[in-house]
Amino acid sequence: MSQPNDTPAFQPAVYVYEAPLRIWHWLNALAIVVLAITGYFIGSPLPTMSGEASDHFLMGYIRFAHFAAGYILLIGFLGRIYWAFVGNNHAREIFVPPFHKPEYWSGVLHEIRWYAFLEKEPRKYTGHNPLAILFMHFMFVWGMVFMIVTGFALYGEGAGLDSWQFHLFSSWVIPLFGQSMDVHTWHHMGMWWILLFVMAHIYVAIREDIMSRQSLVSTMISGWRTFKDQRKVDDGH
Amino acid sequence: MLETFYDVMRRQGISRRSFLKYCSLTAAALGLGPEFAGKIAHAMETKPRIPILWLHGLECTCCSESFIRSAHPLAKDVILSMVSLDYDDTIMAAAGQQAEAIVEETIKKYDGNFILAVEGNPPLNQDGMSCIIGGKPFLDQLTRVAKHCKAIISWGSCASYGCVQAAAPNPTKATPVHKVIHDKPIIKVPGCPPIAEVMTAVVTYILTFEKFPELDRQGRPKMFYSQRIHDKCYRRPHFDAGQFVEHFDDEGARKGYCLYKVGCKGPTTYNACSTIRWNEGTSFPIQAGHGCIGCSEDGFWDKGSWYARLTDIKPFGIEANADTIGIAAASTVGVAIAAHAAASAVSRAKANQSNQPVTTKGQGE
Repeated sequence: MSQPNDTPAFQPAVYVYEAPLRIWHWLNALAIVVLAITGYFIGSPLPTMSGEASDHFLMGYIRFAHFAAGYILLIGFLGRIYWAFVGNNHAREIFVPPFHKPEYWSGVLHEIRWYAFLEKEPRKYTGHNPLAILFMHFMFVWGMVFMIVTGFALYGEGAGLDSWQFHLFSSWVIPLFGQSMDVHTWHHMGMWWILLFVMAHIYVAIREDIMSRQSLVSTMISGWRTFKDQRKVDDGH
Repeated sequence: MLETFYDVMRRQGISRRSFLKYCSLTAAALGLGPEFAGKIAHAMETKPRIPILWLHGLECTCCSESFIRSAHPLAKDVILSMVSLDYDDTIMAAAGQQAEAIVEETIKKYDGNFILAVEGNPPLNQDGMSCIIGGKPFLDQLTRVAKHCKAIISWGSCASYGCVQAAAPNPTKATPVHKVIHDKPIIKVPGCPPIAEVMTAVVTYILTFEKFPELDRQGRPKMFYSQRIHDKCYRRPHFDAGQFVEHFDDEGARKGYCLYKVGCKGPTTYNACSTIRWNEGTSFPIQAGHGCIGCSEDGFWDKGSWYARLTDIKPFGIEANADTIGIAAASTVGVAIAAHAAASAVSRAKANQSNQPVTTKGQGE
């Protein structure tokens, strides 16, 4: 397609997502995939195995994969929170959304209008757009916290009364929900919550990669945000 | 001078040899070291007997039935003789006014120094009229006796959590003891009924050491309720291997595979059934081929199917579990995404068409 621009120069790309954040993103994505699949099979196990019990350890391996991925998710999330402190400004966006700023909410409204086909043109952001921040913060960050807390509460039940998992999580989470089965059910619902997030996340990432005025998918691989036009960015709106 | 436990036992015709056997057996049942047999014996010989008042609210008497079937005859004889001496309207000889007089007498004689054991729970609706003891609401009796007792044992899931009479919609507003009595130490011994040996061991511990055994955060004795049925289940190897009963009449059921898929609540139920078992250690539900129904857990009647792993989620209607809700939500979002993607493609195609002649607008791709 032709380049119908006033000025010939390209807008310089911006380094948005630093390497630790990108590694975390993909590691976390992998952990979520493993957790969702193994978690589903813990709730609804595969058809029964024949032969002697000593010949198989299928459920054991599924649970091991779930627990191992759970630890990776937890450690990764803690590392991600650490990175929110020491990383660049974009590393903080989804943790501390600027809810107190009116221009943020007008940005959210604009994005909603853009998704409802009421705006002809999207705004241009170096980091996340305002709606994305809202979505990431509530669906993802709190979803992660919920899954980690309930997940480790369930893990602590098996690890036993003297385990740190029990002290930190099971001891208060299980009575809070009523009983162990309730925590299982809510943890299971949490999986679907995260899945809804993943569906929407992947869809909008691809959609905006095509339709917005900046790069999306490649940014989470290379870290660089590139822009499709030269006009100034709308950050902060 | 009050009688000691030992005096009472001797009076009941229990020999010293039997008494010592009972002490070591109880020490073992409580998970204490061998040296505690001597301590229990010493305590029982020197300490004055603590009376127990055993009250019955809304209940089915399964706790009492379980209690009198304690596997170890010594424990049964000893403890039953200690308990029944005072007040337990199911098994005491007295009835009517005489029986009720025992309550007043105990309160007067042992004020602040007796144990109150509660089987069942008080209903609060209709001024407590759904459970009448001696012409008065059970709630009155419970609050009056509780005021004078030293500590409370909540027998069974009724007293601990509410159980079947508190199941939705709970028309009588049956309420567990700890939500009615707030100023006394309460130990919960849940189960429907609790295991006989657990009950006798708890009574023995309290009578012997004059304190509760170590409790967990929910007030249950850790020695019996710190692990799930699943953790010590003899069918656990089948679970780890992925060998499940799919239907109650299949090959797996005959071979004794894990009952997880047919709704066993062992993985979420804290109790000692898989170790102590029932009826003198004969069996327990899972051994008999039926999954655990989770009777010692809070609100187990309302927690959905006993025959499905994923329990029902009530506000979403009958037969809805986490997966049906999740699949419905994911399908909705999936359809919405597809529709939105299609609409996006159309609007973009239109925009491109209309944009083509307008080259000065600066909306390049």
